[in-house]
Amino acid sequence: MSNILDSKIPEGNLNEKWTKYKSSVHLVNPANKRSLEIIVVGSGLAGSAAAASLAEMGYKVKCFCFQDSPRRAHSIAAQGGINAAKNYQNDGDSTYRLFYDTIKGGDYRAREGNVHRLAEVSSSIIDQCVAQGVPFAREYGGLLSNRSFGGTQVQRTFYAAGQTGQQLLLGAYSALERQVGMGQVKMYSRHEMLDVVTIDGKARGIIARDLVTGKLERHFGHAVLLCSGGYGNVFYLSTNAMGSNVTAAWKAHKRGAYMANPCYTQIHPTCIPRSGDHQSKLTLMSESLRNDGRIWVPAKKEDAEALRKGTLRPTQIKEEDRDYYLERRYPAFGNLVPRDVASRAAKERCDAGFGVNATGEAVYLDFFYNMTEKYGRTEATKKGIENPSAAQLKEFGAGVIKEKYGNLFDMYKQITGVDPYEEPMQIYPAVHYTMGGLWVDYNLMTTVPGLYALGEANFSDHGANRLGASALMQGLADGYFVIPYTIGDYLAEEIRTKSISTDHPAFVATEKEVEDRIQKLLNIKGIKSVDHFHKRLGAIMWDKCGMARNAEGLKSAIAEIQQLKTEFWSNVRVPGDANEFNQELEKAGRVADFIELGELMCKDALERNESCGGHFREEYQTEEGEALRDDVNFAFVAAWENQENGWKLHKEDLKFENIKIAARSYK
Amino acid sequence: MKINLKVWRQKNNKAKGELKDYKVDHVSPDMSFLEMFDVLNEELITKGDDPIAFDHDCREGICGSCSMHINGRPHGPLAGVTTCQLHMRSFSDGDTIVVEPWRAGAFPVTKDLSVDRTAFDRIIAAGGFISVNTGNAQDANNLPIGKEQADEAFMSAACIGCGACVAACKNASAMLFVSAKVSQLALLPQGQPEAKMRVMAMVNQMDAEGFGSCTNTGACSAECPKGIDLSNIARMNREFFSANLTGK
Repeated sequence: MSNILDSKIPEGNLNEKWTKYKSSVHLVNPANKRSLEIIVVGSGLAGSAAAASLAEMGYKVKCFCFQDSPRRAHSIAAQGGINAAKNYQNDGDSTYRLFYDTIKGGDYRAREGNVHRLAEVSSSIIDQCVAQGVPFAREYGGLLSNRSFGGTQVQRTFYAAGQTGQQLLLGAYSALERQVGMGQVKMYSRHEMLDVVTIDGKARGIIARDLVTGKLERHFGHAVLLCSGGYGNVFYLSTNAMGSNVTAAWKAHKRGAYMANPCYTQIHPTCIPRSGDHQSKLTLMSESLRNDGRIWVPAKKEDAEALRKGTLRPTQIKEEDRDYYLERRYPAFGNLVPRDVASRAAKERCDAGFGVNATGEAVYLDFFYNMTEKYGRTEATKKGIENPSAAQLKEFGAGVIKEKYGNLFDMYKQITGVDPYEEPMQIYPAVHYTMGGLWVDYNLMTTVPGLYALGEANFSDHGANRLGASALMQGLADGYFVIPYTIGDYLAEEIRTKSISTDHPAFVATEKEVEDRIQKLLNIKGIKSVDHFHKRLGAIMWDKCGMARNAEGLKSAIAEIQQLKTEFWSNVRVPGDANEFNQELEKAGRVADFIELGELMCKDALERNESCGGHFREEYQTEEGEALRDDVNFAFVAAWENQENGWKLHKEDLKFENIKIAARSYK
Repeated sequence: MKINLKVWRQKNNKAKGELKDYKVDHVSPDMSFLEMFDVLNEELITKGDDPIAFDHDCREGICGSCSMHINGRPHGPLAGVTTCQLHMRSFSDGDTIVVEPWRAGAFPVTKDLSVDRTAFDRIIAAGGFISVNTGNAQDANNLPIGKEQADEAFMSAACIGCGACVAACKNASAMLFVSAKVSQLALLPQGQPEAKMRVMAMVNQMDAEGFGSCTNTGACSAECPKGIDLSNIARMNREFFSANLTGK
């Protein structure tokens, strides 16, 4: 395989690249589309949008998801919103500003060409979703409403209460099901992709397991699209769904696709803190809450101690004894600094002994001020009440807060048993999103010809840190507006390729490998459960490759993970058989892949001797504790090739021709 | 807390099922109901027994995967809460809890507490969409929609497709699920051109899947974790009769 990573960014001015590309890319005529088959793995925003759009164009599509319905993909859980450079608020937004904010937010570790394209197509996404019947929030005049998210100074986020991901996914899902009904897409739910089949170096299909019968199936495709999401569950505890996994991407990696920037992990600042060892997942409280919630810890250590013991309530702490540390450290952005900055600041306060719950790992997100002073007072004025009482301010304000975030407040109360209208929420950072992923070029193609990666599964647009409300934007951009064009560039050369029989030796051999691995897992018959190993992996990753990392910790993590891998393959217990609905077997395969990925993440983090975005190396920080980037030596994408005895690093240099690379300041 | 469980065990779609007794000690009130099942399964695996199969994914009440019938009620005792968001503080030490899968002919059991709900997907595929290909759309603000109307459509669109409505209904009717989608699209101007075709196709598919009839008892709406209102069914009936009368 060639060692040169060609990103295939088109020539020309930044704002003309995509337009020119679209006008000159190869096309496939309608008759030929009908004989070309495309496999889509995953049915989240990227997968559903791609499967539906490609089917509408006339391609024959097969779509796979491990859930019982494509509507359950984890995109559904995204809460806050989706960005688009519409400038409906007349506040100075533009394609360039969205592009600029994304590059800066990503700490100058993303490609200019890709990010500009993302900003360009962002507007069309909103148009498409509204046309599908997605019920975005609206103003009384009937026009669309917007709000702010972290890392920006404009209001460009479109939303549907705290259920934006659900509404966008159901829009894409309905488009997908429409094509299923028309016979253009064949849907395979409760199917898990367990390998990619390559023939003559090109991706030509997959091996999938029917999760109900356990039967292995071979599926041919002229191209294979992986839209299988991120790998945050490598940490065991994350805001990802229980089933979210890296297996599809990892199998592709084992078959030659490079893995890029795997160490870039987004730790989301506002999640509900863990409550005990039984914890199975963490729940996010949307970033949109930071529009109206102020983050603080006590200024005095004795108050923090009393809170931890439960002898003091947060509402008893006087205003002057509270430390609104984000407002203090970052006056320009305040509570709306980007996620990586907010997370590290919370960790800093908690490490310094100011944490507010029994574990010492929680800070407050407090709505009281905005509820009463901002909303309560405005509502009172509207009602013509000149001197509203404190109770009235709270009552009026709570009504507004309920309308904006009601479902999130309910969810918080349900999980913690505490009413956030009465007491501030407790929050702590948790793993949420992975910016790293399969390396792709401008066409979204991996280093394996014919194998693509879309959405969170690829690495391309968010650099070292993703801005809030940009994941939905990227998933849908890739699925609706990028892949329908870029796939033509490859398939135009494939119109003479007839469907390859799944009796081809490559299919038979790959299926045999999958089957052997399943049998191997079942035959270990050890004494520890899959979860046991997953939890141990998660603990290593969180301690040593989490919010803060250092060389020594990473080296020991690598050794511990290698040891864990040996133990897993000699002592895991997977009950049941291969030929049945076997959820433990599903998990075992996924955890085995997570263990290998974990090692690579640590290796990548160790290699990157700088701090940038979600990757914070303790050795590289300023005196004030801010991240210290090294643009001279590390302005590159780290793309890892899987080899017989480990990994080989390839570097794609990042060129900034339109943005002046600068220290990232939100002060 | 100590909890006694009676759990439905059924090896597969063809096998006969039965309720089996389990005891779970050391249950924390902060555990979710599903986390209690995690603890139980861990014990079963360690003992060499077959763990209990159940559907779950996001564990934050939005994906619609979880589907346990708890003490005779879909998603358990609380209103507006899915099984994954139900916490053990809602139960008492020593309680005996009966856990079954959704019971409906159109939702055959896959294994234990897991059922096959693909009938819902087929109903959506029959008409639960607006026919707009990617790239067809006009600017989003060219079509103003009154806030109240948009909010109402949103309330219908909040359905998570879990199937609790079917499980709650004595006739295993899917009217609430189908009417939520019909209503969402009927309330929006974008949904008008296909409104008649849509309601006819979706209702026909619903009948073909073997869901039962609606007798307006309202159990579906009472048990819906997302509070989908019964008025959606009335709206769908109106849409359906009107489509029928005009012969489209």
